[in-house]
Amino acid sequence: MFRTANIREIIRCFRLKTVSGTTVTTTLQPNKSFCSCKSKDSTKKPLDFSELKFVSKVPSSPHVSPINLVKVDRIKIDEDTIQLLERLSLVNLDSKEAINTLEDSIEFASKILHIDTTNVEPLYTVLEYQNLYLRKDIVNEGNCSEAILSNAKVTEEGYFVAPPGNIPFQQTESIEKRKENRDD
Amino acid sequence: MAKSIPSTIEKLLHKYKIRELDPCDVTNHCIDVVSRQKKLNAIIRLTPEIARSKSKESSERFRNGEVIKKLDGVPIAIKDNFCVKGEPTSCASRMLENFCPTYDATVYARLMAHGAVLIGKTNLDEFAMGSGTVDSIFGHTRNCYNENGGYISGGSSGGSAVAVASGSCFAGIGSDTGGSVRNPASYCGVVGFKPTYGLVSRHGLIPLVNSMDTPSILTRTIDDCVTVLNAIAGPDNKDSTTINRPFVDISVPNGDEISLKNVKVGIPREYHCEGLSKESLETWMKIADLLEENGAQVVDVSLPNTASSIFVYTILNQCEVASNMARYDGIEFGHRSHDEDSSTEQLYARTRQEGFNSVVKNRILSGNYYLLRRNYQTYFEKALKVRRLISNDFQNVFFRNERVSVLLTPTTLTDAPKLEEFVKRNNRDQCALQDFCTQPANMAGVPAISIPIKLSSNGLPLSVQLMGPSLSEQSLLTVAKWIENTVNFRPV
Repeated sequence: MFRTANIREIIRCFRLKTVSGTTVTTTLQPNKSFCSCKSKDSTKKPLDFSELKFVSKVPSSPHVSPINLVKVDRIKIDEDTIQLLERLSLVNLDSKEAINTLEDSIEFASKILHIDTTNVEPLYTVLEYQNLYLRKDIVNEGNCSEAILSNAKVTEEGYFVAPPGNIPFQQTESIEKRKENRDD
Repeated sequence: MAKSIPSTIEKLLHKYKIRELDPCDVTNHCIDVVSRQKKLNAIIRLTPEIARSKSKESSERFRNGEVIKKLDGVPIAIKDNFCVKGEPTSCASRMLENFCPTYDATVYARLMAHGAVLIGKTNLDEFAMGSGTVDSIFGHTRNCYNENGGYISGGSSGGSAVAVASGSCFAGIGSDTGGSVRNPASYCGVVGFKPTYGLVSRHGLIPLVNSMDTPSILTRTIDDCVTVLNAIAGPDNKDSTTINRPFVDISVPNGDEISLKNVKVGIPREYHCEGLSKESLETWMKIADLLEENGAQVVDVSLPNTASSIFVYTILNQCEVASNMARYDGIEFGHRSHDEDSSTEQLYARTRQEGFNSVVKNRILSGNYYLLRRNYQTYFEKALKVRRLISNDFQNVFFRNERVSVLLTPTTLTDAPKLEEFVKRNNRDQCALQDFCTQPANMAGVPAISIPIKLSSNGLPLSVQLMGPSLSEQSLLTVAKWIENTVNFRPV
């Protein structure tokens, strides 16, 4: 393994030498473009990656962290929660795969629940030491309603257009689908 | 194009100054490179009109001997989640396929003010949710190393990384929330730098996780990275989360002039995790050894909460996603379903059903689960508390215990995976594995950089990551420059 790497290094260096020995550089071509022609560079010996001068401070075997050993129970998401999440997210959660992925994510996330955080404050932002500044309450950008409306698919007389709003979200379709999935 | 085109911004500007090259020709050349490399799928939309007018303006400045700007006539590419006025900005999602911003992102505006030339918008995972640049409505981006091997570019800023690596442009802009710039930089053999949170404005970056999103830089060299950083960093009154103090330009000495005498490097043992490849481990060890050999003090340190970080990250990511994605309802902008007009909510649901891919939907649903009144404290608040523990780990090694100046770790656990292997895992597991070493820096908001070191036995780049305390860009980039100068990585 080490040897192969070294031979590659030597070949690489040899190639560089040839390039820098010539006076003409290439035009920018993919992957070949940056062979710089500093003659100094080509005299540098290639690094031997298998040879170390000191006892390495890098541990030679993987560190095992307690969190890797934590086992958590899988949380089953009930039908009520699924419907609530659909309403909040306005994203369907009707396939077996999606529900499985969600339960999987929760299982993954639950690994941190055992960590002792007594007397630890939540860190909302790394700039917590800095006051949020307020700008002066004056208009410095405006008259851009046309620009803002330009990205809407449907507008009317300078308004965004939406269908009727006071109708509860219908979930019958995805409830049916989930039932079918369960019966399968 | 007969004349040779240099590989770095500094050399390019020099050639412009002595009139050996013209910004218009170089821009055309870059656009030509993009069209010859369509297969890579790095740039999803060229911006020929902007490229033409900006390169012409720059050309005139050079011809008239005007004051030359930092990035005058330098072709760049920007990830398609940064707004550019009048240019479609899609987030690689059907939801925003036809969205055309009416304003510029601050990062883009500043690049333009410094004379840069935009040649195109680059590919990403839908709404930047991924670590492979595989989940995009435009298809996946290919790694330009071992091109026929079918390796992924990494992500989510894979388009910008490949655009820079393949010679389509001199600098790429990406966004880094959990490693989305450092990860593809590591796989594609370029420099990927995530500045301190708040150093660069997020205004006009379509948000993923507001408390972690950081506009970030992809270049071929550290010097180029510094040039771009100096152009875009600093407070912005359009983003209240930018750091509220003036930014002083950074300047990094020549590689040979850098002394490591006062540099203390920490090796966090927890970053040697299960799954770290032999070659990545070797690379990490060798760089630590080189630093020590050349005068740096290298010490073993512990960031005990590292392994918890990826779990906290998924919770906070999904919660912020659930909230951020609520704006996509089809009424004001973006996709609107044609087939539903029975009620507002029915229209919203149908529109979102059609507009989002399954990764986005799953994250919204689980985010809303953690935010339910009965779960809020158990999951969301708990995750924020553990986030503080993770952040404290960094404060401890930087300022209390060992007082190291930088931390050295791998960027990714392996070289770039093959597409067919990568897609065998679901999106969550992909990210959990690929972001292990990168996302803790986003938790703490500290700057971090990926530096290419060598090629693996598969002919793919291997990289290391340096992290430093908040606002330590100057020293972080200096150590990075020393490593770059010493390993002398040259793509074959």
